[in-house]
Amino acid sequence: MNQVSNVRRRGTLDGSRSVAPLLVGVVPFGLVFGVAAAGSVVGGGLGYATSIIIFAGAAQLATIQLLDAGVAALVVIATALVINARHLMYSAAMAPHFREFPTASRFTLPYLLTDQAFAVSIIRYDETTDPRYKRWFYFGAGITLWIAWQITTATGVLLGAQVPESWSLEFAIPLVFLALLIPVVRNRPALVAALVGGGVALLASGAPYGLGLIIGAISGVIAGVVAERATR
Amino acid sequence: MTAALVVVIIGVGTYLTRLSFIGALGTRSMPEWAVQPLRYVAPAVLAALVVPAIALRDGAFDLAPGTNPRLVAALLAALVAWRTKNVAAVIVVGMATLWILQAVL
Repeated sequence: MNQVSNVRRRGTLDGSRSVAPLLVGVVPFGLVFGVAAAGSVVGGGLGYATSIIIFAGAAQLATIQLLDAGVAALVVIATALVINARHLMYSAAMAPHFREFPTASRFTLPYLLTDQAFAVSIIRYDETTDPRYKRWFYFGAGITLWIAWQITTATGVLLGAQVPESWSLEFAIPLVFLALLIPVVRNRPALVAALVGGGVALLASGAPYGLGLIIGAISGVIAGVVAERATR
Repeated sequence: MTAALVVVIIGVGTYLTRLSFIGALGTRSMPEWAVQPLRYVAPAVLAALVVPAIALRDGAFDLAPGTNPRLVAALLAALVAWRTKNVAAVIVVGMATLWILQAVL
């Protein structure tokens, strides 16, 4: 086997293996999303399509929830994009490495940029200088997550139609967000951001056009920044 | 605006945030004033999604454990999330608590 295809295989497999443990969190999340989408006004078809078009779990779940609540389109878009603003941070951190990749890869591979693919790749990039290995490692991590997300969300959509309403399965949505929230509250400013974000969103829950969520989120971000400056 | 159009706009916007610095020419890095707020997007947004969903019942504040089983279920689920960081365990404990309380209350 020549050296190029060797690096491709090794990189892809290493990336895939590195994210495998993280699939434990992805599988139930994908199932919950699929079930929620199937039971919403969005429906299973378009709900599943968001897994391909958006491919970002928290934003997909919030989008479904807000559309189902009849929130104004512009507010749904703004809220989803605020949730996904963290990708700017990942993109900035990955940029120096991706600069060594072929141009086509630089424009296609960002589609696979997720919390998990970023986390495992940026750690591995500290230990290697080979741009081909870096590219295939990231691809392996990203595509593994993508496939797992497609399978689990599609399965959730198919199951969703069978779930009776008395099971209150819509409660699984805030439970998923809760499971994502607790680990990111790592320090005091993050705790302040969460408390203010949640508190303001609750107080503003009656705001017109469904603006409560985004008002809460922006208040929380500002509070986090203020708290970080205060603790310095 | 149709739901499909909303989804497509969010999809394009999400791709563009992922591409942003990677696609940019030159070697721009992100200034600290821009990085700092982004660190708090996740805790703020996730809490804004969670808190109203557990503290409101039929659109009204309900913080009484006796009448709002979701509150109790969420507190137990939060404890599980804190101790295990396991999404499946959080869902199982939260849903089971809710079902038990709904059957009892």
